[in-house]
Amino acid sequence: MKYLCLIYDVEKRWETMSKEESGKIYGEYYTFTEDIKSSGHYIGGNPLQPTATATTVRVRNGSIGTTDGPFAETKEQLGGYYLIEARDLNDAIQVAARIPAVRDGSIEVRPIAQM
Amino acid sequence: MSEELTIVQRTVDELYRAHSRRVLATLIRLTGSFDAAEEALHDAFVAALERWPSAGVPAKPVPWLVSAGRFKAIDRARRRANFDAKQEEIARDMIASATVDADHHEDDAIGEDRLRLIFTCCHPALSPDAQVALTLRTVGGLTTEEIAHAFFMPAPTLAQRIVRAKNKIRCARIPYEIPGERDLPGRLDTVLAVLYLIFNEGYSASSGDSLTRGDLCAEAIRLCRLLLDLLPEPEVEGLLALMLLHDSRRAARVSTSGEPLLLEEQDRALWDTDQIREGVARTERALTSHRYGSYALQAAIGAVHAEAPSAGRTDWRQIVGLYDVLMEINASPVVELNRAVAVAMSDGPAAGLALIDGLFARGELTSYQLAHAARADLLRRLGRRTEAVTAYASALALTAQAPHRRFLEKRIAELGH
Repeated sequence: MKYLCLIYDVEKRWETMSKEESGKIYGEYYTFTEDIKSSGHYIGGNPLQPTATATTVRVRNGSIGTTDGPFAETKEQLGGYYLIEARDLNDAIQVAARIPAVRDGSIEVRPIAQM
Repeated sequence: MSEELTIVQRTVDELYRAHSRRVLATLIRLTGSFDAAEEALHDAFVAALERWPSAGVPAKPVPWLVSAGRFKAIDRARRRANFDAKQEEIARDMIASATVDADHHEDDAIGEDRLRLIFTCCHPALSPDAQVALTLRTVGGLTTEEIAHAFFMPAPTLAQRIVRAKNKIRCARIPYEIPGERDLPGRLDTVLAVLYLIFNEGYSASSGDSLTRGDLCAEAIRLCRLLLDLLPEPEVEGLLALMLLHDSRRAARVSTSGEPLLLEEQDRALWDTDQIREGVARTERALTSHRYGSYALQAAIGAVHAEAPSAGRTDWRQIVGLYDVLMEINASPVVELNRAVAVAMSDGPAAGLALIDGLFARGELTSYQLAHAARADLLRRLGRRTEAVTAYASALALTAQAPHRRFLEKRIAELGH
């Protein structure tokens, strides 16, 4: 069963972070990714550019409307994702609980719909 | 109807009442689906009514019902497979697991299935409301109408909540399992919280005209006994003790005209001595395990009350001490409030009032009616009538429960306003 782990974090945190701090977190992500590759959970994953680069698109009455920024203004922002293969929700929760951002932000775990 | 048929009918009715939840729990594991298991459960009891009048009631009716339900589920899956290729795979899986499991539904396995069901219904990925509804429906066997009635909700709303919870279990694949050692303490907390929520809703109804609903309390106690049977952990026993000790006062908590009576106003002869005896014994056992938590400590506080001949002759020092320990393991504003009331009883109302004012100064519990009511009571005892009336009025403004409103209005009237 596939789950998408959406990583929500306060992105402003990254602006004020020292090089050593961010380097340490990148290192944690590298180790985590290697871990879930060897355990067979990893399918894919990427960090995202900050929400300042986001564009929200809608089509209403046949015409495209675009607005600057993310779909929803929230305290935490979507900053990246992992697509994982897990036995069940408990297994997926165990994986999500090891994503470094889980300590300050939160991870939304969503089962992938089978089409 | 022949006499034989009537006897079988009665046996089947009794089996349904006593064991249908056990059969359902196992069928959920065997079919991998709540809905398929409910259909299979129904089919199994229909089969029993058809066959037992001529073949006789089997020596082990529960495994018989499990087998019958399993084969009926396979039948249904096969029939569906004729219409849907995807179902064929499910049917094949079910038959494969059926052969593996053929000898596996002895009593132990059925007990484990009941635990699996409890932990699945109380999975933290479901909302607390959904956990309560699903537990009462599938573990407790209450009907949707009964649950809706107990929570003053329209039955369709409650039914939809249960359907959504089952969908989430299926779509997000919440596994049907007993948590492993590492996750067990946290997951057990969720289960105990659900049972306590059910009990509390019965013990102090959040709305409506009746102050207590004994049926929900009895159901919570029954479920907690079942859990303790399956999982003899000190905190489970602590929660059972706590519920028994609270419930022992049920008959004394409400006046003949339906108003709530404070501990000091209750006729202690109305307390249920059997429940107190059992509650105290279970409290002691939970505490001596040295692996107790907040439920066993709250039960210990309840036990001190239960053993006191009157409110005045209660060992309030000991109660304050127990609240101190409770604060260490599970500090919360509500625990602080209760501790403040105990301090008021042991050291005088002024000492308790200072603690409640401290809570309010920190912005805690300012919209909690019981905090205002407790503060009002202490002000009244200190003879500060005008302030007491203001505090009772604050409590009244936060109260929706009819008997509590009458109680507060009476207090305000007594103070001459």
